[in-house]
Formats: sequence, structure tokens, C-alpha cells
Amino acid sequence: MTLVFVTVLAPFVAAVAGLFLGGRWPRTQVPIAVAGAVVSLGGAVVLAVRVAVDAPLQDVAQVTTVHTGAFDIDVALRLDGLAGIVSVAVAVVALAVQVYSSDYLKGDPRYSSYAAFVSLFTAAMMLVVFADDLFVLLVGWEVMGVCSYFLIGHHWEQADAQRSAVKAFVVTRLGDVGFLFGIFTLSVAAGTSRITTILGTSGDGLSQHTATVATLLLLCGVVGKSAQFPLHTWLPDAMAGPTPISALIHAATMVAAGIYLVARLYPVFLAAPTTLAVMAVIACITMLGAALAALAQDDIKRVLAYSTVSQLAYMLAALAVGSATAATYHLLTHAAFKALLFLAAGSVIHVVGTNLMPDMGGLRKAMPVTFATMTVGLAALAGLPPFSGFFSKEAVLGAAEESARHDGPVASWAAWLVLVVGLVTVAVTAAYVTRLWLMTFFGTARTAVAVHESPPAMRWPLIALAIPAVGLGVVGNRSLLPTWLGLPAPTLHVGLVTSGLSVLLAAAGFAAVVVAWRLVPASDPMRLASLRPVLEHAFYVDDLYDRLFVRPVRAATRAVRWTDDEVVVATVAGSGLGATRLAVLLRRTQQGNVQTYLTGLLAGVVILAVGVVTLT
Amino acid sequence: MPLLMPVLLASLLFSIGIYGVLARRNAILVLMSVELMLNGVNLNFVAFDVYLRDKLLSGQVFTLFLITVAAAEIGLGLAIVLLVFRNRESSQLDELRDLREEDDPPARDQVADDEQAVAS
Repeated sequence: MTLVFVTVLAPFVAAVAGLFLGGRWPRTQVPIAVAGAVVSLGGAVVLAVRVAVDAPLQDVAQVTTVHTGAFDIDVALRLDGLAGIVSVAVAVVALAVQVYSSDYLKGDPRYSSYAAFVSLFTAAMMLVVFADDLFVLLVGWEVMGVCSYFLIGHHWEQADAQRSAVKAFVVTRLGDVGFLFGIFTLSVAAGTSRITTILGTSGDGLSQHTATVATLLLLCGVVGKSAQFPLHTWLPDAMAGPTPISALIHAATMVAAGIYLVARLYPVFLAAPTTLAVMAVIACITMLGAALAALAQDDIKRVLAYSTVSQLAYMLAALAVGSATAATYHLLTHAAFKALLFLAAGSVIHVVGTNLMPDMGGLRKAMPVTFATMTVGLAALAGLPPFSGFFSKEAVLGAAEESARHDGPVASWAAWLVLVVGLVTVAVTAAYVTRLWLMTFFGTARTAVAVHESPPAMRWPLIALAIPAVGLGVVGNRSLLPTWLGLPAPTLHVGLVTSGLSVLLAAAGFAAVVVAWRLVPASDPMRLASLRPVLEHAFYVDDLYDRLFVRPVRAATRAVRWTDDEVVVATVAGSGLGATRLAVLLRRTQQGNVQTYLTGLLAGVVILAVGVVTLT
Repeated sequence: MPLLMPVLLASLLFSIGIYGVLARRNAILVLMSVELMLNGVNLNFVAFDVYLRDKLLSGQVFTLFLITVAAAEIGLGLAIVLLVFRNRESSQLDELRDLREEDDPPARDQVADDEQAVAS
């Protein structure tokens, strides 16, 4: 178990060391940051191997107990299949990002704090992954939120980066309020906040109502962190951060924390069919809506951001239809191919100098490595066989089909909904993937700068991430993963009907965009004139929130400010002014004649004497 | 001798003294009125001392003290009056009003400056 502590603490130590040493000796910044990630990855890999050998394994270590009066909080870590395998994904992506950032942000004046925050983020994510206590998990969860805030706001001199950072912070915090109360509910109902104990008693210890309330509250936090409808609006804006951050936090790890949490507490969620149905509906809305929004974005990172939202919805859908294994599987493959896509997109942006796809085009020849790796990532995202995304998406759809046809933990209408919407989304996904691919790498070059391949520190992480983006499919598809995870779930399978349908639909989406593109190669293949603005603004959800929440809050703040200026300040100033005015009256008596004073004194004495005599 | 007579006389002296202190304008006359008040008090002390037949004669002792104090006081007071008269060529009390408040309150920025000076 000491290895678990090493895995969690190594990035943390790297963060502290980077912050203190990196400022003084700039040369140590990169080695420290990378060393933390390497140690963490090494630990995670050894742990995962141990878990694989001894599957199903559960190991718990307790550090100390905090007495709070109501119930005790155990600072404890837990190692099992789920934690082991997710920690490897986190560590791999973190290492790739640290290496990549060393070149991407070369010469950035704030690199040392940036690297420290990435390390701190990795440590927090590891803490979430290995936590055996809901409150310990919450600590990691919130530290991640803070790191995300700082990293999105890395370019804080730009107004939109600032705004996005605050937006991300506030929106996720909104979900975290529910999350906190969910933890309270669950802890009080179960009598402990230890995850191991809660999982052990979830079947009989919790009533269905308690489980429903607790999981619905927890779902608030999950929806906020994993950017699901209706709290998804922060993720596309979070792309104002540096691209490696988008890869690390807003694609592969932090947004997956919500999914991970549901998988972690899955037996509790299974005891609450209502929550599962709500999850299914949320997932369906998000899945299709985000995919459609991705179809009309011009910013390459925003396309990827919306696709992240859409893919996270797949994971949530898998959880809703009862397959935590499929969700974890998709989480892993998605972490690999989405981190790859973001880093590849960053490589393109680094070279071309713009985020906008209409200004790219024809980069295929000049950037062969980026092109090849990005093609792999896009194929995986679109769910083409034999790339990893195909198998994991198939696992999700297969689980939905199984749950729809036979009795699953969720109502069958919800499972059917997930299945149908999931299949439609496959087509839309293929369409926007193809659009991105064509607009970036094909056609005529629309950029003015001389295009070249990116530096090796940016190239190698791409290649390294391309391997799992391809290979995870074949490996994970065996029955290895379910036993490894030790989850009570049906085995993964590739259903003939669903896989055939999804490949056909993906091909249809691909074909539609290619045909549209062939007609006018220079222009945007997405040409639905009347629909386009709606999709580009993601169904005006942001504007709706602006009307519903932002403007009323602004008005309220103006009212508060007015009250402060006109009431509070006026009262304070008025009291001073009033005292001055009253003092003018008092001054009149101070006219300097001693005899007048004495007369007053005598009068006072007489009044007192008379008073004493008459009243006693 | 009945107590009434000396007590009446004492209150008469004290009242005349109060009247003189409050109404006279000349500082020397005010000092003399103060002496009158003190002597009213002295008379009271002696009268009650006799009336109560005090073994320790504390009333008479206090009277002696008071006479001494009054002598010292009048010496000091006359000296002050003399100096005031030399400086101002007047010893009228109602003209000695240097310690009165100004009629206009001080200007606001003056107050602010003072506050700043205090704060720093």
C-alpha cells in the first residue's frame, strides 16, 4: 500500500518543489515536473499489474481518523481494479502533457507555476481515484476544481480567459453544492463515510428513498464536473486555457472524475432506479445536443470540447443502463484518444497560430506525424473498427441493447432511448469528425505562415498516445477488463446488430460530409444555412442562462451596490454630519464667561438637591 | 445661644457671596465674595462645634485650616488678577473670554486634515 501513497504524493511533492525551486533555478522546472509524473506513472503501472495478477483485489490503508463529533472521517486510501486501471490512464496522460508542455510553453514566464499546477492537479486526481473516504475524495475533487480554475486562467491577461476561468469555477461549484449534500446524506444514512463500508452495506443498509435522494444530489456534482446538460456550458469556454490543459483536464481526467465517482459508488446508484433514469435522460440530451453543436463550430478546440461533452454523455449513458464496465472502458479509451486529439490539435495550433479551422487546410503534407496521429484519434472518436473507440462505444450500445431487451436496472424506455439516441449520435459524431479532418488537413492551404512539423517533445507524446488509442480496443474487448475491475456487470460484447448499425450510420455521416465537401472543397462542409447559427451557439443555452441567471444576478448586484452607496454610506456620512450640526448648538453654550458656567453649575446643584429632597 | 442666629447669619453671608460671585464683574470683588462664602462656612463650623459640644473641637480646627487656606487663596488670586490687569488693563471678568468657542465651526477640509494627521 505504500506504493499507493507514493503514487498520490509524488506529483504533489513535484508541485511544491517546482513552485519553490523552479522559480529560483529555471532549469530544474522541466525535470521536476516530469519526474513527478514519471514516478506517479511507475507507481500506477506497478499497482495496476498487481491488481491484474491478484484480481479481484481490494486493499485498504488507513492513515488517521478525524473525529468530528457526528461521525468520524477516516483518512484512508483504497486500491482495487477500478482505481488501479484509472490511475494508469491519469498518469499516462499527465506524463504526456508534462512532456508536451515543456515545449508548447517554452519561454512562457509563468511556466513554473503552470507545471506546478499540473502536478498538483495530477496528485488531486490520484487522490480522487484512490480515496476510500467520501470526504477525502471531496478534497481531491475540490483541489482539481481549483487547479482547473487557475490553469484555464493561465493567460489571465486576456479577458476571455479570465471570464472562462470564473465561469468554469462557478458552474462546477454549483454542482458541488449538491455533491456536498449528497455526501452528507450518504454518510449519515450509512453511518460512515468510508467507501468500502458504504459499498458493503449498500444492498440492505440503505432504503431506496435514501439512495435516490443521495444519488440525485451526488449526480449534481457529477453533472457539473463531467460537463453534462444542464451544467455543460463551462467546458467549451474552458478551451481558453493552454491546449495541453484542455487535453489533461478538460478531456481525459478531470471531466472523467464525475463518471469515475458514479462507477466507484455504483452499487448505491443501482439501488436507485429513478436516478438511473434521470441519468439516462441527461445523457441522451447531452450526447446528441453536444454532437450537433460540434458540427457547426469553427474553433478546432471547441469542436473537440463539444465532442468531449458528447462522449462523456456516452459514459453516463452506460452507467445509466447498468454497465459500469462499459463506462470505465469508454473512459479509458476516451482518455487516450481525446488527449491525443487535443495534443494533436495543439500541435496544429502551435504551428498555424490560430484556432480557427477556416484558416487551416492542407496541412496533411507538411505535418505527417500530426496528421497520422490525429487521424487515428479521429477514427477512434468516430468509432470506426478496429480503433479503440469502436469497441468501447459498442460496449455502451451493447449494454443499452441488453438493458432494453431484457430487464436491466433502469426502466426499459430509458434504455431504448439511450440506444436510439446513441446510434443517431454515432452518425453525427462521424459527420463532425470528418468535417474537422477535411477542413484541417485537406483542401487548399489557407494559412499564410510556413507550415512545418512540431518539435520532438510535442511529437513523441502524440505517438505514445496513439498506441493506446488503437490498441486499447483489442485488449479491452476480451473479458479481461470486467474481471480486472471486479465489477458486477455483464461482460463486454460486440453485438452484431448494434455494431453493424453503428458502422453503417458512421459511414453515412462520413459520406454526407464528404459529398458536401467534394461539391465546394474550399468552403465549410456544414452548410445548413438556417440551422447553422442555432448549432453554432449550442442551442442558445448560454444565452438562455444569460437571460435567466446572469442578468438577474447582475441587476441584483447593481441593487446591492446602490443600497451600499445610497443607504449604508449615506447613513454613516449622515450620522457624522448630524453630529457636527448638533455640535453647533452645543458650541453656543461655550461662550467663555466663567460666571455663566458657575450659574449653570449652581442651577444644576439646586435641581439635584431639590430632586433628592422631593423624591426620597 | 440658640443655633438659629449664627446659622441664619452664615447662610446670609453665603448667599451674598454667591450673588457677588455670579453677578459682579470686577475680579477683585468676586474674590471678596468668595471670602464671604468661606466665612459663612467658617461660621457654620464654629456654631455647630459649639452646639454639638465636640470633645475634639474638630469644627474649630477646620475653621483654622480654612482661614489659612483662604489667606493663601486670596494671595494667589490677587496675584493672578494683578497680572491680568497689567496685561490687559482691565480686570472685568466678562472681558476675559479667550477660551470661548469660535462662532463658526472649523471648515470641513480642516477637519479632514486633522484626521489624517491623527491617523498618520
